[in-house]
Amino acid sequence: MTYSSIIYQGLWKSNANLVQLLGLCPLLAVTGTAINGLGLGIATLLTVLTSNFIISLTRNLIPQEVRLPIFVLIIASIVTAVEMFIKAYYYDLYLILGIFIPLIVTNCFVIGRAEAFASKHRVDYALLDGLMMGLGSTLVLVLLGGFRELVGYGTLFSQAELLFGAAAQNLTFIVIEDYRGFLLAILPPGAFIGLGLLVALKNWLDHKLAKTAQFSLSSQIEGHEQFS
Amino acid sequence: MLIQKMLHSAGMLTLSALLGGGLVAFSFEVTDQQIQANQRAALLRGLNEILPAERYDNDLFTDLSYVQNQTLLGTEKPVIVYRARKAGHPVAAILTPSAPDGYNGEIRLLVGINYQGQLEGVRIVSHQETPGLGDWIELRRSKWILNFKDRSLQNPLSNQWLVKRDGGIFDQFTGATITPRAVVKAVKNSLLFFQSYRDQIFK
Repeated sequence: MTYSSIIYQGLWKSNANLVQLLGLCPLLAVTGTAINGLGLGIATLLTVLTSNFIISLTRNLIPQEVRLPIFVLIIASIVTAVEMFIKAYYYDLYLILGIFIPLIVTNCFVIGRAEAFASKHRVDYALLDGLMMGLGSTLVLVLLGGFRELVGYGTLFSQAELLFGAAAQNLTFIVIEDYRGFLLAILPPGAFIGLGLLVALKNWLDHKLAKTAQFSLSSQIEGHEQFS
Repeated sequence: MLIQKMLHSAGMLTLSALLGGGLVAFSFEVTDQQIQANQRAALLRGLNEILPAERYDNDLFTDLSYVQNQTLLGTEKPVIVYRARKAGHPVAAILTPSAPDGYNGEIRLLVGINYQGQLEGVRIVSHQETPGLGDWIELRRSKWILNFKDRSLQNPLSNQWLVKRDGGIFDQFTGATITPRAVVKAVKNSLLFFQSYRDQIFK
């Protein structure tokens, strides 16, 4: 276990949304725009970071038989707290994300990290894993949101002021002027198609990287640990 | 041995429930005031968009009444009416009716009507219309909703309070007629309601 392998696992190799395909319900529902995706991504990141931290810290105290209910309790409490803080300090964002913040509780990738990683590893590893898994998920949310926003509305980063305050109002790029919108991208099928394209892109990149690696450095590729 | 194990597990579960409950209670304590203030501020921002703050001098949140009229206000539930006054004289009422016949569920509105029966403005509070089609009723998508300003039951006349496809004067959207039709009808009904009950509202 090394720091760099955790980073690689979280951002790329075991990416929660692109490889494990976990947490699809909020992923598909809120990624109408890049900013919505970023908002949910940050909320998820905070949750998985805190839950990994607490669970790793208490991993030797939690009895094996009741670990799952305890994980659920911890995660549910954290999500409730995160929801309240978003409601208190980012109210406009809360109005958009709404029901999908509480749904982070049911995002299996949070409890998945608790069970598969945090309960078995040191605190610093668990923290880094939470951060990287959360970041990996956030990246996918922003990419998918940006893609759907661009195709659907012809803009990028609209409503950035919801996250970054009034100063960010002119962050919005109107990429295509007088765009009438492309409905398919905004509706749920657009989310599935967009995610499918992202997964395909990742697989294609992997394939290509593997090929070049095989070609030139065939002796060095054995290094990466497998994850179960 | 078994008993001991059970007690240990139960104890740990209880402990984490307590800690989790504590975390939630703590967050609630820290954020509750702010959340309530946010909800009020968001509502007030919506109300002031319709009726600028300098037009009235009373507190809209305490000077409100509840009315009920399913045929004209679109819901069987009591509907809040905010009453704006200046120096004690009635200025306008902001109704919160619903359009029950949207494409997908009810559309909740804010309808501001001044004492003379003219519309101060209309805003959409919530809806579940098709994104990209029905959501053109939202101000952030199009200016359509601003068409209602200054209109009344005399402007246009009652038989023109319809979308263009039905022979009225209000635009519909490409691919979505049901949504604007529902909104136009709800706004007209609010005007009718205000016409009949104005004096009771401001009593």
